[in-house]
Amino acid sequence: MEILHFTEQHEAYRNRFQDFLQKVVTPFIDDWERDHMHPKSVWKKMGAAGFLCPWVATEYGGMGGDLLYSMVINRELARTNHTGLIVYLHSDIVVPYLATFGTEAQKKKFLPGCITGDVIMAVAMTEPDTGSDIAAITTTAVEEGDEVVINGSKTFISIGQNCDLVVVAARDPSVANPYQALSLYLVEDGTPGFSKGNKIDKMGMHSQDTSELFFHNCRIPLSNRLGEKGQGFLQLMQKLQQERLMVALQAVDSAEFALDWIVDRCKHPPAASADLLQSQAVQFALAEMATEVKIGKTFVYKLIADHMEKKDVVQETSMAKYWTTDLLKRTVGRGLDLIGAEGTRESCPIVRTWRDAQIYSIFAGTNEIMKTIIAKQMFK
Amino acid sequence: MEFKLTRSQIEIVKAARDFAKSEFTRELSAELDRQSAFPHALYQKAAELGFTSLQFEEDYLGGGLGYLETVLMGEALCCRDSTLGSALMLSGYGADLLSRFGADPLKSRFLTGVAEGRMLSGAVMAFFPADGQDHVPSLAACEEDTHWVINGTASAVINGGLAGFYCLLCRTDPDAQPQKTSSMILVAGDQKGLTTVDTGQKLGLRMTAVTDLTFEAVRVPRDHTIGKAGDGIRQLASFNSESCLLLAALGLGTAQGVFDRTVQYVKQRQQFGRKIAAFQVTRHKLAGMATKIEQARLLTYRAAWQQDQKTPDVALSAMAKLAATGAALDCAHEAIQLHGGYGFSTEYEVERFCRDAKTLHLLGGKPGVINDQIADTIIGKIR
Repeated sequence: MEILHFTEQHEAYRNRFQDFLQKVVTPFIDDWERDHMHPKSVWKKMGAAGFLCPWVATEYGGMGGDLLYSMVINRELARTNHTGLIVYLHSDIVVPYLATFGTEAQKKKFLPGCITGDVIMAVAMTEPDTGSDIAAITTTAVEEGDEVVINGSKTFISIGQNCDLVVVAARDPSVANPYQALSLYLVEDGTPGFSKGNKIDKMGMHSQDTSELFFHNCRIPLSNRLGEKGQGFLQLMQKLQQERLMVALQAVDSAEFALDWIVDRCKHPPAASADLLQSQAVQFALAEMATEVKIGKTFVYKLIADHMEKKDVVQETSMAKYWTTDLLKRTVGRGLDLIGAEGTRESCPIVRTWRDAQIYSIFAGTNEIMKTIIAKQMFK
Repeated sequence: MEFKLTRSQIEIVKAARDFAKSEFTRELSAELDRQSAFPHALYQKAAELGFTSLQFEEDYLGGGLGYLETVLMGEALCCRDSTLGSALMLSGYGADLLSRFGADPLKSRFLTGVAEGRMLSGAVMAFFPADGQDHVPSLAACEEDTHWVINGTASAVINGGLAGFYCLLCRTDPDAQPQKTSSMILVAGDQKGLTTVDTGQKLGLRMTAVTDLTFEAVRVPRDHTIGKAGDGIRQLASFNSESCLLLAALGLGTAQGVFDRTVQYVKQRQQFGRKIAAFQVTRHKLAGMATKIEQARLLTYRAAWQQDQKTPDVALSAMAKLAATGAALDCAHEAIQLHGGYGFSTEYEVERFCRDAKTLHLLGGKPGVINDQIADTIIGKIR
């Protein structure tokens, strides 16, 4: 019995997307990585071809598909071995904020664009002094009549350059209790007072436009608040679950990509290179890596099934997030160890995978925070 | 058993640290790493201080010192900056081979230039497995009167394209018994017919050039043979211990450097109303890192001391290489984690130390090959 049932329609979608990637994405990845940027136009092409937000309801122009369609997209993108076009962040992490907490007016205004790629979304929580301790966010939002004035700065914001619409977590400075002070606001690109800072130069994820964002007396209409005032912390806690699940999924898909690449390398070694499979140690290493990837994938798939049934899987999602991201780093690291000196050159594709992998144990909630959550759940 | 450095060893450590502290800047490192460029100006200064010729005999303007001093130097420089330190310590990789296996007049012709900082030297960094006697070099040298004529391609040459000379293994007598087929030959960097092939960006150690070299009928005088003709494979195999020690030194410094930076960071970064250095798990992680470094240090110093007793223990050196580069990698991974998002940013140095650590771990013998060597020594060959 399959944990998740991918139908013929899902597989047809996959074939169509694979063709799309071959034409529109794969040939350009090396350039994007070198240039430390990917073009915004790719998002529009994704949208035009129906590959963004496949789960959004048809009344907003969506496909009305299930989460498995998202899984198809995210897996095929993971197998392109780059992390610039971080579609799962837009489609499966941030747009759900709008779909869940948005008013009808907000949804009608923005969801169609999220699907076509005209409205790319990002979420801004992290600040220079605030990472794990979300309650300590210092960006302020002061509601004045029918406007909100936002001041502060955010950093490490993915899709920071290409985004059209940002979900900004900000606090009401007049509310003492930090857990009741936060609200979420929709800030559109181009709003006076909202500026995109520099791209952050990173160890990996070179084609991803991670950036700083600045808000200086940025005025938005009160109608851009997303959900009820003071509910921000709870909203974030609720939506971070799917974020962590999507990251866990990306981690196992990337680990599996790396494993498949190394296995293929062993089966078809380049001329004049050693036959790795002659080594028992290599065989055992591959066996261990394959076992762990299979276990990780099984766990994540089961969690997705539970998540789709709206079960409370906070503890398990935290387990999955930390374990699969450690798995990814471990799998790619071991893979390079098997290859040796060839793995010290960027011409080896898995070198990029290795560099990209190092952030997974940190973003979307550090693995240390995940363990804190798990322990808390065990002893509540 | 005394676990103390001699006074002169302590002075060397101090001299290296002072040099690195005053000359290595973050801006210089960031720039050179970005450009994948060798630190020529720094190399000059290091050479003038004798740092790049510690082991050459004094006749060749060297320090006449041993491997422990080299390890101490490498550790101190890499602690300050893994990429700069490694580039400087690897700048004379070819000269190290010449010094060890060559004879006059070849040695005096080339080593003084290295000691004076006038030229880099290159060679292939490879762990030469003991059963590599059947190894067929990718370069072939034919006798032609007073010269060797060399054809082929040498892969992964340290300081490729930059060196004044290279010491490379060439097949010189295909009909000889397996261990005697090849010789190490010194090739000047400006030889006609010698072309550098850029093999692209590296993961780490980006200030150290590693390229391919193609040889098209390169004519080299016969007296450029290093040591005796036919001894090449034996020479390279016996150099394993030394190349392991060098990489261990670089790994050790990288581990310590990334650890020091992390301690500094966690003592000032706050979250949840506390310095993150106060969290028990953070403290346990640092304790674990410190333990790994100390294990690697003791192993490396002992292996280097052993080397200097003229009774090198290749298994011990191999263990040191694995332990030190492994410690560097583990510590660097943890360092990135403890720095949070900043650990992934190039603005902080820990990601560069991590890339360097991974590169050191893979160069000069991947873990599987190193473990084969250790096992061969401990258990002996059983077919």
